[in-house]
Amino acid sequence: MSEIKLTDIPIIGFSGADVPDSGVINTCVHCGLCLPACPTYRITGSELSSPRGRIYLMKGVSEGRVSLDDGVFVDQMSQCLNCRACEAVCPSGVQYGGILEASRAQIQRIRDSGHEMTNLPPTTQVRTAIKTPIGERLIRRFVFGALFKNMGLFRAFSRGMKIYQKIGLQTFARKTGLIKLFGMAESEAMLPAISKQFTVPTGQVFAASAGIKATRRVALMPGCIMSTVFAHVHDATIRVLQKNGCDVVLPGGQGCCGALHTHGGDMDGGRELARKNIAAMEAAGLDNFEAIIINAAGCGSTLKEYAHMLRDDPAWHARAEKFVAKVRDIHEFLAAIVLNTADLKPLPLVVTYQEPCHMAHAQRITTQPRKLLKSIPLLKLIEMQESAMCCGSAGIYNLTEPEMAGQLGSRKVSNALATGASVIATGNPGCAMQLANELRKAGKHVQVKYVVELLDESYRGQTDA
Amino acid sequence: MNMESFISSLQSLVGKQYVVLEKAALMLYEADGCVITPHMPDVVIIPETTEQIVAAVKLARAAGVPVIARGSGTGLSGGSTPINGGLVITTTRMTKILEVDTRNNRVRVQPGVINFELSQYLGAYGYYFAPDPSSQKACSIGGNIGMNSGGPHCVKYGVTASHIMGVQMVLEDGSVLWTGDGAPDSIGYDLTGITVGSAGSFGLVTEAWLRIMRLPESVRVVLALYPDIVSAAETVSAIIAGGLLPSALEMMDKLVIKAVNDAYKLGLPDSAYAALIIEVDGVDDGLDDLMAEVVALCRQKGALEVRPAKTPEEQTRVWAARKNAFGAMGRLARSYYLVDTVVPRTKLPFLLDQVVKISKKYDLPVANVFHAGDGNLHPLVLYDKTRGDEDHRAHMIAYEVMKLCVEQGGVISGEHGVGLEKKEYMPDLFTTDDLAAMAALHQSFNASGMFNPGKTFPTSQQPHDLVLHRRAAFGLPGGVPLRLSFAVDGEHEHTAGVAANSVIDKVVAAGGWV
Repeated sequence: MSEIKLTDIPIIGFSGADVPDSGVINTCVHCGLCLPACPTYRITGSELSSPRGRIYLMKGVSEGRVSLDDGVFVDQMSQCLNCRACEAVCPSGVQYGGILEASRAQIQRIRDSGHEMTNLPPTTQVRTAIKTPIGERLIRRFVFGALFKNMGLFRAFSRGMKIYQKIGLQTFARKTGLIKLFGMAESEAMLPAISKQFTVPTGQVFAASAGIKATRRVALMPGCIMSTVFAHVHDATIRVLQKNGCDVVLPGGQGCCGALHTHGGDMDGGRELARKNIAAMEAAGLDNFEAIIINAAGCGSTLKEYAHMLRDDPAWHARAEKFVAKVRDIHEFLAAIVLNTADLKPLPLVVTYQEPCHMAHAQRITTQPRKLLKSIPLLKLIEMQESAMCCGSAGIYNLTEPEMAGQLGSRKVSNALATGASVIATGNPGCAMQLANELRKAGKHVQVKYVVELLDESYRGQTDA
Repeated sequence: MNMESFISSLQSLVGKQYVVLEKAALMLYEADGCVITPHMPDVVIIPETTEQIVAAVKLARAAGVPVIARGSGTGLSGGSTPINGGLVITTTRMTKILEVDTRNNRVRVQPGVINFELSQYLGAYGYYFAPDPSSQKACSIGGNIGMNSGGPHCVKYGVTASHIMGVQMVLEDGSVLWTGDGAPDSIGYDLTGITVGSAGSFGLVTEAWLRIMRLPESVRVVLALYPDIVSAAETVSAIIAGGLLPSALEMMDKLVIKAVNDAYKLGLPDSAYAALIIEVDGVDDGLDDLMAEVVALCRQKGALEVRPAKTPEEQTRVWAARKNAFGAMGRLARSYYLVDTVVPRTKLPFLLDQVVKISKKYDLPVANVFHAGDGNLHPLVLYDKTRGDEDHRAHMIAYEVMKLCVEQGGVISGEHGVGLEKKEYMPDLFTTDDLAAMAALHQSFNASGMFNPGKTFPTSQQPHDLVLHRRAAFGLPGGVPLRLSFAVDGEHEHTAGVAANSVIDKVVAAGGWV
C-alpha cells in the first residue's frame, strides 16, 4: 500500500545529510508495546502522539506517502519529548532518538531554506502555528547559534539574568504582567535562582580530600547551564568525588555538550561542540583520566553519542570513540566503585526520586541513583508513581510546547507530592527547573535536589535549605 | 446525513481535538499490530464516556458509516483494521478502573484500561487479572474481550472468556445492554459468552465486570533445556497427562533461544535446541514437591539441564525474555509472519517435526516460541519481503501449518483471533452450515452490518448471504442458496484451498504482513 500517496500536493521527501535511517525505521514491527511508555500518548490517547505513530509518519515521508512539510508530521516531530522511554521498552530495539533528531534536522533545513509551509495545520490536537514562532526562532538563532557556543558570552548572559533577579526586576515584571505581554511568561517562569559563583573550567585540579588516599584521577565537564545556574551542584559533585579518593580536573577549552542542538535538530551545531570538547579533553590528557564525569543526564547521554554523531567524519570518529569510552554519569561512576560510606552522616529526610529520561531511558541508569540514596543513613526513599515518565521539561520543550509540558509537569509533581517526601531528588537541570517551577505554581514548599547534593550534605553532615 | 455534517456532529460531541481527520493522521489508524491489508478510516474519534459512544453510534447509523472499535491497536489478526473505511472509535481515553470489589472477586473497568496496569493496580489489594497476553504491557481490556485473548498463564486459568462476568455494550440502535450483572452465573442465555471474541461485531463494549484472582502465595519457575524440540514437546504432554497442572508451560526453540540470549543475556548454552519455561504457583507448602515432580519428568524425557530461577528478579527476566521474544526476533530478520494455531497437545511432537519439514520445503527459517501447555503453536516465519518471492513462501508456510493443524484436530487460531488475517481459512475449519449458524447470530446483533464489517467471515460467504442461504436450507420464504464464488468442482476442501491461495496472493500484492 505504500505507493498510495495521501495528497495531490507535491510530496517533499527526506534529502541531503542526516536522513532518518530507513533501516532503523523498518526495525519497527508495529507491535505497539511502546504506547503506554510514551508521555504524550498517555495525555492524548492518540496514535499520532505515540512512538509507533511517529515512526509510521517517518516511514510515510521516507516512502513518499507523506510530505516533509505536512502539518501532522511537523507537529508531531515537535510534540515528541525525545525522552526515549519508548526505546527502553522496545523489544525490537528501534533506536528512536536518532531518527527523531534526523527528522527534526530535515524539517529545520526546509524552514531555513525559506520554504513556505503551505500544508494546512492539523485540526487534531488543535495547534496554532506551523511556522516556527518568533520566540522559538529567536531562541534558535541567538541561543543555539551564539550563546551556547561561546561560554564567555553564556556566562555574561547568565550574570545579566542574575542581576535581573537580584534587583527585583523579576518580581516587578511578574507582578505587573509585563512578561505576559511579551509572550514570554512560560520561559521566564522557568528562570531559576542562579548560583552565586559560576564554575569556569580552566584546568584547575581539586585534590582528593585530606586523609583520603588519591586513587583515581577524573575529569569533570561542567557544561553550560550546569556551570552557571547549578554551579553549586558542581561544587557538591567535586566534594563527593574528593571524598571518594578522586583528584578532579576541570580541563579548560571545553563548553556546552551540544545536547540542546542535537535534540532540536541542529546536528551541525551539535557536531561542532562535540569536536571542541573532544579536543579539550585530549589536550588535557584523556588517557590519564579514569573517567570523564558528567552530572547532568541530558549532557551525559549526548556525550555518549559523540561517536555516533561523528560517524561520517573520518578525522574525528575514532577520537570520538576513545572519548565516549571514558564518559561516566556521576551515579554510574559512584555506584561502580566502592563508595566511601564510612564518612556518610545521617540525613533524616523523606526523599522521592524523579528519573531524568536521559538517565533512565537513554542511558538505562535506574538502580544506581537509588543505590546511592539508600546508602545515606536515615534517608528514607519513597518511590513515586510513574517516576520514569517525562516531567515535560525535555530541553527547550517547555518553551516550544508549553501546554503539553505543563500537563506533564503537574502530573509529575502530584505523583511526587503523593509520596509525602520533603525532597524530590533528580539528576538533570531541565528536570530540576521544571519541578521547581511546577512546585512554585502549586504553592508547595518541597525542595528539588540533585542526588549528589544529598550525598554531599551527608558527607558534610548538614542539610542545606 | 452527509459526511460533513456527520463530522461536525462528531466534533461537537467529543471535542474537536479528539476527532482525527487529516490524511496523514488517519494513516496511523490503517493497521493494528498486524500490517496485513491496511486500510484507512474516514474519521477517528477518541471519546471518554459511554454516552459519547452511544451518540456516535447513532450518528454513524444515520450516516450509513461503518463503526470499528479499537483499543491499543496491538491485535495480531487485523481485527481493528477499518477494511471498508468508516468511523474508528478508539477507547484509549476510557481508562478508568471504576470499582474494585475484592469480596466478590471482581472489578468493573472501562475498556481502555491496560491489562498489565490493571494487575499492577490490583496487586496492592493482593489480586490480579489472570489473562496475560504477550502484549499485556500495552493491550487493553477491551481488546482482550474483543479477541478473547490468551497468554502464558491461560493453561491453568483459562483465556479471557473465563474471566469476564458481564459487559456493557452499545448496540447498533444505540441502546445499551449489560450482558450480565457481574455475578458468577447469569440467568438466561450466556450473552457474555458470545460477546467475548466477537471482535466488536455485536456492539461496542464500554464497560466490563472482570473476575479477579488472589495473587498466588508463591511461584516457582524453572527453565529446562533440551537437545531437541521433540523431547521437549513430549515433556509437555507428559506433564499435562500426569495431572501436574503448571501455571505456565512455554516452549522456545533454538532460534528463539539465540535471539533472547542476545537481547536478554540469559546465558543459555548453544547446545540447547529447545527450552521449556515451566511455572507452578499456589500455596508455598508443597510447591517444591510439585516442582520436583515436574523436574523429574523433564529429566526422564531427556532434558540436558534444568535451571531454577531463584529470585523474583530472575523470574522476571525469564518472563521478560519470553514475552518480548517476538520483538526480539525483529533483531534476526527484516520481516516475520507470526502464525497462531492450536493442536491437541499430544500432537505437538508430530506437528513440530512437520513444521521443520515445511520450513525446509519453502527454504525459510521458522522459529517456534509458544504456549506449549495449551497446544497453542506460534511458528514464526522469518523472511525478507523485499527479497524475491519470500513473501509468498512465508504465507504458504503459514497456510500449510494451519491446514496441518486442522487435519490433526486443531483450530486456526489460539488467541489472536480470526479478524482479517484468518477469515479466508474459516471454510477449512467450518462447513457452510456452521458459518450460517454463526451468521444468524451475527445478524441478530448486527443486522445493518455496521459494526466491524469484513471480518471473521470469508469474502465468499458474507453473513447476509449466509443467512439467506440458511433460510433457503430451511425452506423459508426469501431464502437464496449460497453460490461459492471460488467453487471449482463443488468440493468444499478444494474450494477453500483455492480461496486460501488467492488470499495469499492478494496479501502479498498488498505488501504482506509485518
